[in-house]
Amino acid sequence: MIAVLGLLAGIVLGLIFKPDVPLGFEPYLPIAVVAALDAVFGALRAFLDGIFDDKVFVVSFFSNVVIAASIVFLGDKLGVGAQLSTGVIVVLGIRIFTNVAMIRRHIFHA
Amino acid sequence: MLDQQPGPDGDEVAEDTASPPTGRDRIRAALTARPSRGQAVVGVLLATVGFAAMTQVQSNERDDTYSSLRQSDLIRVLDGLAGTSQRAEDEINRLRQTRDDLRTSTSSRRAALEQARQESSTLSILAGTVPTVGPGVRITITDDRGEIQDDTLLDVIQELRAAGAEAMEFNDRVRVIAQTSVEDTGAGIAIDGEVLDAPYVIDVIGEPTTLAGSLDFATGPVDRVRDEGGTVSFAEPDEVRIDSVVEGDPPTYAQPR
Repeated sequence: MIAVLGLLAGIVLGLIFKPDVPLGFEPYLPIAVVAALDAVFGALRAFLDGIFDDKVFVVSFFSNVVIAASIVFLGDKLGVGAQLSTGVIVVLGIRIFTNVAMIRRHIFHA
Repeated sequence: MLDQQPGPDGDEVAEDTASPPTGRDRIRAALTARPSRGQAVVGVLLATVGFAAMTQVQSNERDDTYSSLRQSDLIRVLDGLAGTSQRAEDEINRLRQTRDDLRTSTSSRRAALEQARQESSTLSILAGTVPTVGPGVRITITDDRGEIQDDTLLDVIQELRAAGAEAMEFNDRVRVIAQTSVEDTGAGIAIDGEVLDAPYVIDVIGEPTTLAGSLDFATGPVDRVRDEGGTVSFAEPDEVRIDSVVEGDPPTYAQPR
């Protein structure tokens, strides 16, 4: 319950404050958001599997975000930022799809 | 897991049995559970995700198309634009070339048409197929004794032609053209097969003074008419109208080459 409320609160806050993204973070924020979404879906799947642990969730959440942003940062330094961020998005997208498929089986039994 | 469900409506029943909790059970339990540390942590993190996502969405919508692009992307876009504008310029040049060609061909066609039209009007005056008007003289030849010869009239025609007559007509009826014949029939002089009665009135278009002077010289047509008992008089109207035409039959034997 608190989790759902937290998500709604975050969305509402973002809508209300309309914060500007700092210029340095601009390329990394979308990647970070996708990585965080991956962590959230992974957590939801684990929860439905009955093996959810909030410590694991917190760690995986932050490590996902940091690693994704670092990869893109490294890519930008190496001059392959665009391709590498595409690669990260693809990998995270595949993971999200897999997790959502598992969640779907739990919830809809199909 | 499906086997444990008695039916679509049997979830409540299945919950009570000893089977392990399903995903639905866990969600229902979590939504109704009392707040716990785990829930709070998850709530905070989800709030972070929602906040960041909305931030990104809004900055993405606010941004121009290009401001969020990387340098290499911008260079690629610029290259694409340069190529496109190059192609557009080539196209413009090609179309301009086509337009100039068309203009040239139009004007040359117009010139050809103009020339053809002029030639046509010249030829139709020569061939006597159109009514004609212009400066000239009206020559009246009387034949008091009925002795005027066809030779004399032919001589008149020849002298007028030599003086630059451009169109000629006898008695407002017979147009004189290149093929015109002059012959003496028993009933009178026939021009182009049409018998004419005296006095012979010749309308001539050309330079009036030259035409009038061309007939009057020693042993010229005027003298001959006088010898044959006739008179020649000249009138110079403001404009000479020649209304008779000849039917322009296409030639049967002669072909242009």
